[in-house]
Amino acid sequence: MHTKTLTEISRGLQAGDYSSQELTESYLKRIKQHTALNSFITVTEDLAIAQAKQADAMLAAGNAPVLTGVPIAHKDIFCTQGIKTSCGSKMLDNFIAPYNATVIEKFNQAGAISLGKLNMDEFAMGSSNETSFYGTVHNPWAENTVAGGSSGGSAAAVAARLISGATGTDTGGSIRQPAALCGITGLKPTYGRVSRFGMIAYASSLDQGGTMTQTAADSALMLQTMAGFDTKDSTSAEQDVPDYSANLNNSLQGLKIGLPKEFFDDSLNAEMATAIETAINEYKKMGAEIIEVSMPNLKLAIPAYYVIAPAECSANLSRMDGVRFGHRCDNPEDLNDLYIRSRGEGFGTEVKRRILVGTYALSAGYYDAYYIKAQKIRRLISNDFTEALKTVDVIMGPVTPTPAFGIGEKTKDPIEMYLADIYTIAVNLAGLPAMSVPAGFIDNKPIGLQIIGNYFDEAKLLNVAHQYQQVTDWHQQTPQGFE
Amino acid sequence: MQWETVIGLEIHAQLATNTKIFSGASTAYGAEPNTQACAVDLGLPGVLPVLNQEVVRMAVKFGMAIEAEVADTSVFARKNYFYPDLPKGYQISQMDHPIVGLGHLDIEVAGETKRVGVTRAHLEEDAGKSLHENFADSTGIDLNRAGTPLLEIVSEPDMRSAKEAVAYMRKIHELVQYLDICDGNMQEGSFRCDVNISLRPQGQTEYGTRAELKNINSFKFVEKAIYGEVERQKEILEAGGSIVQETRLYDADKDETRSMRSKEEANDYRYFPDPDLLPVYISPELRAAVKADLPELPDTKKQRFIQDYHLDNETAYKLASSKELANYFETVVKQSNCEAKLCSNWVTVELLGALNKSNLSIQESPIAAPRFAELLKRIADETISGKIAKQVFEFMWNSADSADDIIEKQGLKQITDSGAIEAIIDKIIADNPAQVEQYLSGKDKVFGFFVGQTMKQSQGKANPAEVNKILKAKLKR
Amino acid sequence: MSLTTDDVNQIAYLARLGIDHQDTSSYTQNLSDMLELVAQMQAVNTENIEPMAHPLDNIQRLRPDIITETNQRDAFQTIAPQVEDKLYLVPKVID
Repeated sequence: MHTKTLTEISRGLQAGDYSSQELTESYLKRIKQHTALNSFITVTEDLAIAQAKQADAMLAAGNAPVLTGVPIAHKDIFCTQGIKTSCGSKMLDNFIAPYNATVIEKFNQAGAISLGKLNMDEFAMGSSNETSFYGTVHNPWAENTVAGGSSGGSAAAVAARLISGATGTDTGGSIRQPAALCGITGLKPTYGRVSRFGMIAYASSLDQGGTMTQTAADSALMLQTMAGFDTKDSTSAEQDVPDYSANLNNSLQGLKIGLPKEFFDDSLNAEMATAIETAINEYKKMGAEIIEVSMPNLKLAIPAYYVIAPAECSANLSRMDGVRFGHRCDNPEDLNDLYIRSRGEGFGTEVKRRILVGTYALSAGYYDAYYIKAQKIRRLISNDFTEALKTVDVIMGPVTPTPAFGIGEKTKDPIEMYLADIYTIAVNLAGLPAMSVPAGFIDNKPIGLQIIGNYFDEAKLLNVAHQYQQVTDWHQQTPQGFE
Repeated sequence: MQWETVIGLEIHAQLATNTKIFSGASTAYGAEPNTQACAVDLGLPGVLPVLNQEVVRMAVKFGMAIEAEVADTSVFARKNYFYPDLPKGYQISQMDHPIVGLGHLDIEVAGETKRVGVTRAHLEEDAGKSLHENFADSTGIDLNRAGTPLLEIVSEPDMRSAKEAVAYMRKIHELVQYLDICDGNMQEGSFRCDVNISLRPQGQTEYGTRAELKNINSFKFVEKAIYGEVERQKEILEAGGSIVQETRLYDADKDETRSMRSKEEANDYRYFPDPDLLPVYISPELRAAVKADLPELPDTKKQRFIQDYHLDNETAYKLASSKELANYFETVVKQSNCEAKLCSNWVTVELLGALNKSNLSIQESPIAAPRFAELLKRIADETISGKIAKQVFEFMWNSADSADDIIEKQGLKQITDSGAIEAIIDKIIADNPAQVEQYLSGKDKVFGFFVGQTMKQSQGKANPAEVNKILKAKLKR
Repeated sequence: MSLTTDDVNQIAYLARLGIDHQDTSSYTQNLSDMLELVAQMQAVNTENIEPMAHPLDNIQRLRPDIITETNQRDAFQTIAPQVEDKLYLVPKVID
């Protein structure tokens, strides 16, 4: 059952081929078998079975929404009422969220089953899921290899077929990169497409919640539920939600694909270049036109991101102070001691680094040189994308410079880790939607193809991804030991 | 050495909305601790702010009332610092792009009018309350107040004396209530004032180092605090020392200011635009709607009262100082059809006197304007004398009866019938021959005795003019 | 751009962030490296460019002034580290 896609499962449930309870119990068993991956922080077994029973009743009654009874799980960044929501951090290890994130509410309304909360880099800061308080997530494809981050738990769990789909979040690549490294399909929607209410904030102007699934068709089903205007989120877009599954089978004849020459320069690993070229050839065969575009300011995306994101996060994390929730140090001597020690004990190293940089970038005398400068570069990069998208429908390129690296390989030099975000980060600065689809293997480890679309053009992205998945089978591969 | 005092005021007015600036929790005063602090107010992980439309309207209203520029686009910024009553570790405020720009207000001190500039007014959220007295080793935090909308009104450093500062503070206090944007209740903390004060040698254009006096909640204390601070600074400067730029708290019991320990460390607030909020746009439609909704402002109203009702400056000022009082007065004038002077006298002396005694506001007056107007009608048409009217007023205060009903029930109608008055006077003259003789022999004062006796015999109801006329005729020398 | 350990200690205090003494120099190195990375931004001229705070060109939506939140004090205080008499407790603050 576990190799079925989310789409197949939904059909099976609707047809009565099996029950949600059967399915849920089967997944729960699998999850228990594969705890070595460390993809889950919390498994909500009793709750899931209760939800499954309810779903079965709804399915029996008929007219149940399409996700009824479908077992998924959520990145532990979404607040789930009555359930531990840790954000991968010791700071929130004891935090039982008193309310549901909007995304969670929507999935509950849609009848989906939640099997638990998935591991992630602490407060979404990281590209390898090695910064989590709950330990590293293992890539099911190779021994001692990272799953990517920050949505590493989500990616590994879907790749290992422990769940049929998962939510993730993406601020600089945190859905796309782990999806690529784990051989699954990841979608980061347009900024403002999915509500951020209840999604613990890292960088408010960059964060977006999205989908992590086996296929693009699966992603369309999940996005259908997640997307939509939310009055509780001032940055939520009042944009109509189309039927994301309706155009999956549109022909790609005449599709204009832009390849930024800055993505394909000498710094691109030769093997990766070949793999991406091969993927793009499939599109040529489908009738697409390849056009070279230029995004001259792309190289500045990393510096700009590593000012803006830390700056915003340094303020977003100030509320973690040991007063109203979360970790509090023992026997604080005075107020400052309470703050300093609670935060010192609660936050990990990478989080502290970013808080320090962010605080510095905003401090007196440095605001213009760092923060304002970064926001100006952001506009330049956004303009580059807008220009390019005037002449093409989508932009493609790699997701990562290499396939998954070894655990501990890049933790010594944070900068090296940051530089690996080179292909994904610019997209978040512009707020555009983007996907990663499985596109091959290097050294027996999966790699992904990135597809970037125009604002609110997720339907096209999904169509472009889905068609690729009709002529290739990378997305159907299962890691050894998890078949 | 002649010193010039330079004063600027920062006033925080709590906007009188139903809900917080960024959440749908109630702002009602006096609730049980932490019962009006929702997830957004508590700054729980994952929550987001959404702006209250009434807050925007009120700020725009204020801007228009002080003839300031109301920004087309204004931006919210995060002011970052750590304090337990600030749940998010930052206050959402406005920095570079406030909603209201440069405006002005005219104040009157010792008969002279002076224009005080208002640099800007911006929106921000209030913090919660820290309670230091309740526990031995701890401070208790109540977050009900967290998120209450504030309008911070910053004046130019245009004031040169405590009197000017208080006049400005009173003017703003009156204005925000006039506009129905703030209830001005200083005891409850809805209107708070910080004073920035420095001294410089007379004639110098450069400003001296200033001290900030925080959170003073009465006009009296503002005046006292300023006097005290001027003395303190003068003493230091004349001894050759220099003023430390710092924040000081006013201690009302000791009538002195002291340095705030917790604020001694320099604060780098690291302001940056709040990424959870988008720029606030004030549309032409909103401007027009607010403009149409602007009430006649106190100064304009005062001028109109002087012009149209021929009132003196002081009376006009008093009546125009409160919108409700002004409305009351004008309703009385219209409905009684009496002379404005009579109406203003009765409203400012009798009515206000009684209200003050019972600690009631004009809105709580047991006698509504129309009923009061009826009383004045009866004075004007001489049904009762002014003196009797005071009795009727008291009956009206303690009942819901109309003036006419009371006059009828109590038999207080003025006696104007000359025959009846004559009869009373004849009796008094007959009963008091000694006084008659005294008067006729030249003792003018004794006339008063006869007037008094006549009023007594008539229970005060005899028409005084008639009494005078008849007495004069009967006691002809 | 090179920072000193004093700089880092100051920044850490601004952020009320406890750092172990033995880690200060490694954080200092990390921060200096990051600042060197972001210094690359200075390479491009951005004189007449408007800073971009949000990806979408939208304006703030306004919500009606109606009470929507009920009292959930008990639910919220259940997860608090220290509460007494319905107040959140912190070590005594002296103004």
